Amino acid sequence: MIKATGSGLEREIEARCGERVRLCFQCGKCSTGCLFTPAMDLLPHQAMKLVQLGQEERLLSSRTIWICASCVTCTARCPNDIDVAGVIDALRQMALEKGVRPAERNVPLFHSCFLGNIRATGRISEPVLMGAYKALSGDLFSDIGLAVEMLRKGKIKLVPSLVRGRREIRRIFSESGGKGAVGKG
Amino acid sequence: MGSYSYYPGCSQLSSAEEYGDSAVAVAQALGIRLEPLPDWSCCGASSAHMTNRLLSVALPARNLARARERGGDLVVVCAACYHNLRSAQIELLEDEEMASRLERVIGSDPRFRGRIVHLLDLIYEVVGLERLRERVVNPLRGLRPVSYYGCLMARPPEMMEGDNPDHPRRMDELLDALGAEVRPWSYKTDCCGGSLSLTRTDLVVGLVNRLFEAAEEAGADSLVTACPMCLANLEMRQREGKLTFGHEHDLPVFFFTELIGLALGMEEADSWLSKHLMDPRPLLWRNGVRTGGRRPA
Repeated sequence: MIKATGSGLEREIEARCGERVRLCFQCGKCSTGCLFTPAMDLLPHQAMKLVQLGQEERLLSSRTIWICASCVTCTARCPNDIDVAGVIDALRQMALEKGVRPAERNVPLFHSCFLGNIRATGRISEPVLMGAYKALSGDLFSDIGLAVEMLRKGKIKLVPSLVRGRREIRRIFSESGGKGAVGKG
Repeated sequence: MGSYSYYPGCSQLSSAEEYGDSAVAVAQALGIRLEPLPDWSCCGASSAHMTNRLLSVALPARNLARARERGGDLVVVCAACYHNLRSAQIELLEDEEMASRLERVIGSDPRFRGRIVHLLDLIYEVVGLERLRERVVNPLRGLRPVSYYGCLMARPPEMMEGDNPDHPRRMDELLDALGAEVRPWSYKTDCCGGSLSLTRTDLVVGLVNRLFEAAEEAGADSLVTACPMCLANLEMRQREGKLTFGHEHDLPVFFFTELIGLALGMEEADSWLSKHLMDPRPLLWRNGVRTGGRRPA
């Protein structure tokens, strides 16, 4: 019989996404199937163990939570039906809310630029998104040849497509507390 | 074969314009009318669910409310939009507190009960292989593609109705009906790393290169996808692989809709294909497949 005990972190994760990490028995299938482990500092099954142990600080400041690309292979393979990718999402959300300095600075920065673009126009405009991300990350020149090529092929539309219901979009952002701009962390 | 609400998705207005254009034109040619949802907005893509749970349901919910007003089913072409809209739909129908909270915020009912269906599945089910085969006037003989689903259409397994999430077959069967010699391979649902393409390019170049190597090993000359993020990432990062790994891959990547249009002899096919960063037309010409455009001398 599995009791509803466990670390406070375990309970917080369950409250956030409904996943019961205490069911993890460390079979390691999530880590074996993950294509992103070469860039991770904690393997997915280790991250699950640290949730059980309540090691919040280590998890929220890890590279792993930002390297996970949400391809959901781990979730599909978990014999205990834990949505491992969903747990990682919850950890990322916590890290942002708590203002933990991200080990992979550019990943949350990109998300913040992406959401900022939605908040402003309702749809993604690639030049707006790329411009904001490149300027804020300081990684200005890496894809410049690509941008020129895309412009030449008509793949970049310079005039953004605007949603009429932008007031609704702004209401959605303020209700959810979504940053949609460069937030803390 | 009916009229459907259609969620175009942001990429189809810009970097994957050829996907949106070919999807609507091919559907029309097959008797499926796609009517864009009025004033649709972005589904939030990866950035919403990775950073804010409520936002990841609320952004799709605004679109689902519109789909509900229109009634019927909702057709999607982008694998990421498909994944997000379906995940949010499940959430909204299961979590009444969430649904009523978002109903207040959006000002309309987001509980869409219709089916959210990817155009690939719709064509497979509604048109069917037989009828598709009968419509082919320009068979893709000699083309040896592998089908590449990527992650978001296939996972979690509930996303894939009517097909095997570990080894999906529908795209292979469609391409086979068009006359292509589809190659078997084991990487159909492996992730290409698209969501990290800008932020961890170093990592993504390795993943993309691995896919092209596997495709070549399988004897393929091209990849076919149903995801604009996959296509953009595969085309953009294939070149960098040449520098990093010193090995040249020159495999073009198609949207499945482009190949259907091509096989149906649609004149517009050439203009879709001309937009690719890696021009797939020389490969087609080498195989004697007409694209409608002018061949270089």
